[in-house]
Amino acid sequence: MHVLVCGGTGCQASASAQIIENFQRILAEKGLQDEVQVVRTGCFGFCEKGPIVKIMPDNTFYTQVKPEDVEKIINEHIIKGRKVTDLLYMDPENREHVSDSKHMGFYRKQLRIALRNCGFINPENIDECISRGGYEALGKCLTEMTPQQVVDEITKSGLRGRGGAGFPTGVKWGLCAKNKCDEMYVICNADEGDPGAFMDRSIMEGDPHSIVEAMAICGYAIGATHGLVYIRAEYPLAIHRLQIAIAQAREYGLLGNDILGTGFNFDIELRYGAGAFVCGEETALIHSMEGKRGEPTLKPPFPAVSGYMAKPSNVNNVETFANVPIIITKGADWFASIGSEKSKGTKVFALAGQINNVGLIEVPMGTTLRDIIYEIGGGIKGGRKFKAVQTGGPSGGCLTEKHLDTAIDYESLAAAGSMMGSGGMVVMDDTSCMVAIAKFYLEFTCEESCGKCSPCRIGNKRMLEILTKITRGDGTMEDLQELRNLAAVIKDTALCGLGQTSPNPVLSTLDNFWDEYVEHVVDKKCRAGVCKKLMSYEIDKEKCIGCGKCAKNCPGDAITKTDYIAPGHKLPSMVIDPAKCIKCGACIAGCKFGAISVK
Amino acid sequence: MINVTIDNKQIQVPEGTTILKAARMAGIHIPTLCYFELAGMKFENKPGGCRVCVVEVVKDFNGRPRRNLAPACATDCVEGMEVLTHSARVINARRTVVELILSDHPTDCLTCAKSGNCELQSLAQYLGIREIPFKGEQSHYRQDMSPSIVRDMDKCVMCRRCENMCNNIQTVGALSAINRGFSAVVAPAFEQDLVDSPCVMCGQCVQVCPVGALSEVDDTRNVMAAINNPKKTVIVNTAPATRVALGEEFGMPAGTIVTGQMAAALRRLGFDYVFDTDFTADLTIMEEGTELLGRIKKYMAGDKSVRLPILTSCCPGWVNFFEHNFPDMLDVPSTAKSPMQMFGAVAKNYWADKMGIKREDLVVVSIMPCLAKKYESKRKEFYKDGNPDIDYVLTTRELARLIKQFNLNLKDMPSEDYDDPLGESTGAAVIFGATGGVIEAATRTAYEVFTGKQCPKIDFTELRGMEGIRDAWVDFDGTPIHIGIAHGLSNARKLLERVREGKEQFHAIEVMACPGGCVGGAGQPYHHGNSEIIKKRTEAIYREDAGKPIRKSHENPSIIKLYKEYLGEPCGHLSHELLHTHYFDKSEHVEISE
Repeated sequence: MHVLVCGGTGCQASASAQIIENFQRILAEKGLQDEVQVVRTGCFGFCEKGPIVKIMPDNTFYTQVKPEDVEKIINEHIIKGRKVTDLLYMDPENREHVSDSKHMGFYRKQLRIALRNCGFINPENIDECISRGGYEALGKCLTEMTPQQVVDEITKSGLRGRGGAGFPTGVKWGLCAKNKCDEMYVICNADEGDPGAFMDRSIMEGDPHSIVEAMAICGYAIGATHGLVYIRAEYPLAIHRLQIAIAQAREYGLLGNDILGTGFNFDIELRYGAGAFVCGEETALIHSMEGKRGEPTLKPPFPAVSGYMAKPSNVNNVETFANVPIIITKGADWFASIGSEKSKGTKVFALAGQINNVGLIEVPMGTTLRDIIYEIGGGIKGGRKFKAVQTGGPSGGCLTEKHLDTAIDYESLAAAGSMMGSGGMVVMDDTSCMVAIAKFYLEFTCEESCGKCSPCRIGNKRMLEILTKITRGDGTMEDLQELRNLAAVIKDTALCGLGQTSPNPVLSTLDNFWDEYVEHVVDKKCRAGVCKKLMSYEIDKEKCIGCGKCAKNCPGDAITKTDYIAPGHKLPSMVIDPAKCIKCGACIAGCKFGAISVK
Repeated sequence: MINVTIDNKQIQVPEGTTILKAARMAGIHIPTLCYFELAGMKFENKPGGCRVCVVEVVKDFNGRPRRNLAPACATDCVEGMEVLTHSARVINARRTVVELILSDHPTDCLTCAKSGNCELQSLAQYLGIREIPFKGEQSHYRQDMSPSIVRDMDKCVMCRRCENMCNNIQTVGALSAINRGFSAVVAPAFEQDLVDSPCVMCGQCVQVCPVGALSEVDDTRNVMAAINNPKKTVIVNTAPATRVALGEEFGMPAGTIVTGQMAAALRRLGFDYVFDTDFTADLTIMEEGTELLGRIKKYMAGDKSVRLPILTSCCPGWVNFFEHNFPDMLDVPSTAKSPMQMFGAVAKNYWADKMGIKREDLVVVSIMPCLAKKYESKRKEFYKDGNPDIDYVLTTRELARLIKQFNLNLKDMPSEDYDDPLGESTGAAVIFGATGGVIEAATRTAYEVFTGKQCPKIDFTELRGMEGIRDAWVDFDGTPIHIGIAHGLSNARKLLERVREGKEQFHAIEVMACPGGCVGGAGQPYHHGNSEIIKKRTEAIYREDAGKPIRKSHENPSIIKLYKEYLGEPCGHLSHELLHTHYFDKSEHVEISE
């Protein structure tokens, strides 16, 4: 029997480590430590309901488990074989308990290819991976296929780069393979940097062997014997598990010299990044690995010609690699049958924001935003109104109601003014101010710009300053025009992908939420009530009974008594001095009479 | 050859030609800022960072228009490409980019050291920018001043020329980009002061900086104060390379020789005596040549502990460089001081005594093509009782500014002679200003001293040229002497590493820190990447040499007299005291300031 406990970021923050400890301790106390194995797995995806505990082999999915629930699970489920009903997921529609994840709305429309092993195996045990088909694809490549056939198979599958740009993976391999050289490199880009994105991290934590296997396959296909994983140092668990996976693969003869007795040599090293967003750009990544400043250089030359240490190098993202082994075992046709016309397979998204089911999901390309938000995501939190969904992180844009039925793939998202990006997806309701959202993403880009080219270094700073001005109520219509011009010029002139896409959050909100910008500028209003400078707090003198609680709560001494006593009241009503008001909301929170409102 | 169309002009260019170069071939001007090339000197800076040279590719390799604008400096032409360099889209983008750069620039042109020479200023002018539409935060950094260089990074435009120069051409490694985004700037590691960094003060960063972010320390006020002080006797000496470059500042073509006019102008500025560093260049040859021959003779006599090759030590940037980078070889370079420091020593001892002037009442000013000389004059070993041998160093550019301030035009100056005795010099001395010149001058003398015969030739053309590393065998009447030459510190490093590893053996090596030698020095008029200017100055140096009646240092009558009257013999006791120095290990000299 196995107890799988989620060790992903969210669950860890909700004490999953303590849960594991409790399981181990109590099982040992009961002498069950040899019968039941407790495994800290990678992310299950359903972060909203974490921490997740799954009992195998009967596939029972416990949600929101607390450390003190462990004893009950052991006593009831493990010892007596009875499910702990109140820890099971409850279907929000029919209020019934569901014990198998595949019957949950969150999982029903998902198709897990890249995440196929996440949450199912102990990622620190190569045998578990092999028992689920791990390294079968590598064996097949080395014994049954020529390198060219491997390249052709990947090309035929239609797999495209999951890092964001969507370049056909097979074509990339083919270009690199043409530049035969004694020293070539397979590089795995594990520098996941979008705010809130944790797709790659989850794969590396939950199924590190799929990356090791895919890199070896790529090495065979392009003729490289060195593999490098560029991973950010703030992913210690992913690093730890990759290290274990690499060591185990070496031990099993799946890395190193003469792999599977075929004469093919390949090994992998890890390189640590300091967590710069721009180092996800492949040339910047390569410079960082070489010990240089992490900043992009112009392409050409492409890494396929001159990459790491000026040698031909192939750079793929973690999720891209995770798809490779299964394409080899199941065939390109199988993979190509999934997805839309130009975008094949699935895509992993980190679903976040004002949505009921926050978590990590994987859906076939071509799934609509509506399905993702309302079926998998379970709709908007608190039944509020959907306003926008941001895809593609700082390089993407905000899509609206009218895009909900867009079947998402690389082309359709780009056509709608956003982009696939690496897979961030933030859902917003009517409490989000779109100017503030644009500003948030631009703050991120300004922070993460390397500073090499002037449009990104200075232009984004100036855009941010204009947006800040608008959110403070000091914007003009000329500012909006300047924003558009700057955005267009930055897109047109910036050096790398980061700079060229950095205006997207601004442009897409200007396009889709123009009225909201104009409101900020002309009416000096923020309809979402986010931009504090545009808000005013007012006391209804008729409703105010003059108790003075608001004045006591006010940290800025902005509230004083008036001379006016409303009919039916004994004390004079209070008034707020807008010049002193810091818009903290303490007065509203304390008023029992509903006399204070925000305008 | 491939066919491209630029602004509707069809041209053929070799494969690998950038759009920028193709446009230049077609006579089309594309403005640039970060791009910089020193043709023929293996220096090309094209980080593609400023985005000023962007152009519209209306037809790319795939027959379709390119999505975004392309940096012309770093985009290669492809067959059938069609490019617009001045479309409305391009002009708007280019203008916006320059407005952005200006929005983070102090625009204090009125008082900026680079005003009139500033490439950003010219660019703003070219684009007709009359106001800066973006008002926002501006970058502020601590000002940093070393004895040679002022860094005012508020003005930095991140062209990275200095960084490229410092790391790739000079391999000094003092400057690199630090911080990110809006805070990104070029600085020594940890933003330490230049003096605490491995900077060797060669100043080539200043020579290539397009704006006023890097400039020389200005000593003109100090010099004027000395001249205005009636108690002081102020004398001046002029380095070989200044006389072939100063004219450029007055509109004369590169390579114009203005030796006599410079001497005349200096007198009108109020210097009491106008002398020539060439005089002590001849003296350097006597000392360094004697030292070289001494080592060779010892070596040939079987003493294998002798350190060969001898390395020249005239160039203060180079001296700094080996002190930082080759501390294990401090006993290899010649101990002879540079001509400038020899001048200071001779002037403040021999000449001051002779004239009856007290040391503290004598102010010695040097006119140099160099920024490292400012630093060199402040080295402690060149002070006596708190008084330096050389009081102030002015660059060629500073001298030009002073001359202009005095409402003088070099063109109108009569040609005047230097004063005696520290003004007499030979052709051997003037070629110190070009790469290979010091060693050629040394060869002219060493041959005759070594063999006791008259040298059959004077021009050792095998030692001249612009190649970064050169070597030649010179036949000393049956004894072959192997000579190496390097200019640019990366070349010096390569050559010295070869020597250290024992891969190659030389008797003598000349090193100059600046590309082209002193003619390409950091204190010379800005060449803005036109390497033809450096070549013209070099040619002028050799013309000046050819026109001199005496062309060998040991035949300089004033030098002969100096030894007879005062010094005794080359490398003798007094020489050692006055004309030789020693070196320090600076390899650990990296301090992090608080």
